[in-house]
Amino acid sequence: MRLDRRTFMGSTAAAAATLNAPMVMGMAHGKPRVVVIGGGAGGATAARYIAKDSKGAIDVTLVEPTRKYYTCFFSNLYIGGFRDLASIGHTYGKLAAEYGINVVHDWAVGVDRDKKEVALAGGARLPYDRLVISPGIDFIDGSVPGWDVTSQNRMPHAYKAGSQTELLKAQIMAMPQGGTYAMVAPPNPYRCPPGPYERVSMVAHLLKQHNPTAKIIIADPKPKFSKMALFQEGWANHYDGMIEWIGPDFGGDKVEVRPDAMELVIDGEVTRVDVCNVIPAMKAGRIVELAGINDGNWAPVVPHTMASRVDENIHVLGDSSAQGDMPKSGFSANSQAKVCAMAVRAALTDSKLFPARFSNTCWSLLATDDGVKVGANYEATDEKIAKTDGFISKTGEDAALRKQTYEESVGWYAGIAADMFG
Amino acid sequence: MKVPVTAMLGLAFGALSGAGAALAAYVGDPERGAEIFRKCASCHAVGEGAKNKVGPHLNGVFGRRAGSIDGFRYSKALRRMGDDGLIWNGETLDAYIENPKALVSKTRMNFRGLKEHDDREDVLAYLRQFSDDPQNIPEAEPTAVHEVDLPPEVLALRGDPAYGEYLAGECVTCHQAGGSDEGIPSITGWPEEDFVIALHAYKRKLRPHPVMQMITSRLSDEEIAALAAYFNGLE
Repeated sequence: MRLDRRTFMGSTAAAAATLNAPMVMGMAHGKPRVVVIGGGAGGATAARYIAKDSKGAIDVTLVEPTRKYYTCFFSNLYIGGFRDLASIGHTYGKLAAEYGINVVHDWAVGVDRDKKEVALAGGARLPYDRLVISPGIDFIDGSVPGWDVTSQNRMPHAYKAGSQTELLKAQIMAMPQGGTYAMVAPPNPYRCPPGPYERVSMVAHLLKQHNPTAKIIIADPKPKFSKMALFQEGWANHYDGMIEWIGPDFGGDKVEVRPDAMELVIDGEVTRVDVCNVIPAMKAGRIVELAGINDGNWAPVVPHTMASRVDENIHVLGDSSAQGDMPKSGFSANSQAKVCAMAVRAALTDSKLFPARFSNTCWSLLATDDGVKVGANYEATDEKIAKTDGFISKTGEDAALRKQTYEESVGWYAGIAADMFG
Repeated sequence: MKVPVTAMLGLAFGALSGAGAALAAYVGDPERGAEIFRKCASCHAVGEGAKNKVGPHLNGVFGRRAGSIDGFRYSKALRRMGDDGLIWNGETLDAYIENPKALVSKTRMNFRGLKEHDDREDVLAYLRQFSDDPQNIPEAEPTAVHEVDLPPEVLALRGDPAYGEYLAGECVTCHQAGGSDEGIPSITGWPEEDFVIALHAYKRKLRPHPVMQMITSRLSDEEIAALAAYFNGLE
């Protein structure tokens, strides 16, 4: 275990901030302590906002196994050749140095909810007054017969970004001319609803340049998917004849894979493929189950604060939470994190609690300068986070608007990265 | 010469519903509009052989996408608004010449605006004569809110920057607090009034961007003022 900790009290700026810090609620042990598990769009944002807005009054520890975090959003653009991998990799130096967050690179392996402690793989135990859990997703064993995580080098999921994404791209580049890339798409609910289809667009873009006679097959258990009309129009415009989508009407829901033979079996029919991108069914990151705050595959939360419905001292953000209508996206997690940060500060210090507000927008790239988006506003009700109104790009939009939408997505990436990592 | 022609309009645009018809109580007088256009003519030419001057020529402006004349150097802001889908029609032109900044905050069009509704109608009636097919000029949705001028009490609201900082959490997912304008415009350090006018223009759907229309749809006057105060204070 390594602790990245700035000598926080030593700097004059920090000392001044501490003098002006909000009143701290009576804690037997001094400063209230917040532990955040997971350094992605939910966790990094929550840690940063709690540390920034409490001005040193709350002790924040962020637990994240990787030293360099690759965002899942925009990893498809790396596959398509629009970004290099370095541009979607981020480190935690600023969160430690500029916000005084204790960044611990280790795995959280357990939560003792009675003692209010997080156990780390390295053996350390981190006490907390409030715990924020934002671990993203894990895969459900057996959801695609023939596939388990030991197959991920033969048949990558590339649905957690980093080495898996690199592997998938390398496999696509190594396909023989006229070869076949297959995707097994996931059932609902899953991380980033348009993600598999943006990926297909990016794979097609890559193949069109390097391997124009190659084929793409998508086996999909869902009869319809996010931005379906926009993707289908884009595929017809840019990659005509290259992509075959096989929905449940044609056996897309009856799939088996054979990693050793590189075979995909759809409703009994065997196809030999060159790349098989298996995106299995998903559930909350494992720590949610270890903490015992799940109901089935996900962790139910109170919409107003993102607090677990099982344990009021734990908040769950992003993909792992069962909150209602918001899609599982980086934008959603970032939006939820700010509501959570405000609720945590209000619980631990005397800061104000404003009404929760949530929003989401997801951009997808179809081809060079052809971007589309979908988004909505949400409000907290007692029952769930409920959608109020939204919009989606239209089919047939002109090239100038699509280019603008793509450029906007690049701006959004820079914005959310700064909002997460400082 | 001013002609009150509510009845005539009702015939010409039978589809106009109550709100639209009420707003369209006056149809402009092109002759008077030609007089008023002299204020514009130092920068804009219109008519046969008109060329770009300081501003673009205005032949065929109705139905044209904002910022779309090849070879004219528009401001980045106007071009961006055009790419977002701003089309010049009766309503958007009316808003633009009432207060250019309501539609495009950083426009280069250095004009204070025509505050009188009838003056604007007259100028637009004049300009319409130089667009291709006056019969098929796109009209705004009849339900659209027409006025861009904000009531003085809305402009006078002093926002609470602390509340603005909380609300700004929703903005800085896309607009970088550091002020970068890569792909998405910078909103830091703006004069508060410009900021307030811009957000109300999205809220009233005069500006085309769907994300901004959505985000502003649930911001109250006080919340917009708070955001303006907060972003104004950022370096």
